Amino acid sequence: MQLRKKEYGTLFLSTLQLSAFTFGGGFVIIPLLRKKFVEKLGWIDEGEMMDFTAIAQSSPGAIAVNASILVGYRVAGIPGALLAVCGTVLPPLVIITVISFFYEAFRSNPFVSMAMDGMLAGVAAVICDVVLTMGWSVLRMKRVMPVLVMVAAFLAVAVFGVNIILVILACGALGALDTWRREKARRERG
Amino acid sequence: MIYLQLLWSFFQIGLFSIGGGYAAMPLIQHQVVDLHPWLTMTEFADIMTIAEMTPGPIAINSATFVGIQVAGIPGALVATLGCVLPSCVIVTLLACVYYRFKGLSLVQGVLLGLRPAVVATIASAGLSLLAMAFYGTRGLPVDFTTLRPVPVVIFAVGLLVLRRWKVNPIWVMVGAGVAGLVLYQLV
Repeated sequence: MQLRKKEYGTLFLSTLQLSAFTFGGGFVIIPLLRKKFVEKLGWIDEGEMMDFTAIAQSSPGAIAVNASILVGYRVAGIPGALLAVCGTVLPPLVIITVISFFYEAFRSNPFVSMAMDGMLAGVAAVICDVVLTMGWSVLRMKRVMPVLVMVAAFLAVAVFGVNIILVILACGALGALDTWRREKARRERG
Repeated sequence: MIYLQLLWSFFQIGLFSIGGGYAAMPLIQHQVVDLHPWLTMTEFADIMTIAEMTPGPIAINSATFVGIQVAGIPGALVATLGCVLPSCVIVTLLACVYYRFKGLSLVQGVLLGLRPAVVATIASAGLSLLAMAFYGTRGLPVDFTTLRPVPVVIFAVGLLVLRRWKVNPIWVMVGAGVAGLVLYQLV
């Protein structure tokens, strides 16, 4: 697809704008990307966007960044992907830079301190909600192994202080082995 | 060389945070509080709070914050670069695999296998934030009477609102901030 300057501009500004106004994590940005690039601009079709969602969630890193890379790559190859990443990263980079410079001064203010204290309890509630929702989806698989893995991983990290990266690697390998074994069993049956 | 350390730490955070969003949180804590003396636990709790209140992925927000604290704006740029580098490479590779073979079943199998572990690591980091909120210390204290009532109330109401009405977390954060301001005047 031969793109003109204007389209590169649109790609960059779209990702910039979506990233700047997306509160509430990666899952929120995907429907917004869909609305912009599938419905409004018509650059990507519906089915492809669904697949992009699956890839963005299966890849390491922030979902918003992953999804932008895919959209940018699809629209304008590697330059498009790089442009989309810049657009997505720039707003948080600028906002946090500004906050960082005021951080020391702000933090010692008693009113800011009270609000931050309250908000930390709020973050704890948000994370607890996420853990309950995700934990419930693990229990709903109705298989013993995932539950055992969950308990073992929690004990390893929270009680025994095992390196998180090791835990992730071990569980990823276990998951791959499990999938391979089940695929093989399915193929032998069918 | 501080820039290389920042790049490498956030590269690892980018590479091993799988499943999006909060999966990065325990890795960030591990890298910037436990392994390197870049942030205190209080500063870590602060950046998680700020990240929740501002747009953009947690990992990018933290990379910028830590980078600036440790090595100014160049530090922020290097840390952010480290953070997105694994995504750039792996997403492009996965996209190629996907277009060629039209299937991600092994990748999705790994992802499904990882979910229990991801929940566990998030729970662990969440617990240390909860201890920070309730007691102002990192681990759970021996003496439970130091429990502070205001954060406990805010936590309980926030969780109830999230579970019952599934509101956007940003509103819980705004509410928690206002509640903190008001309740601490009364207590």
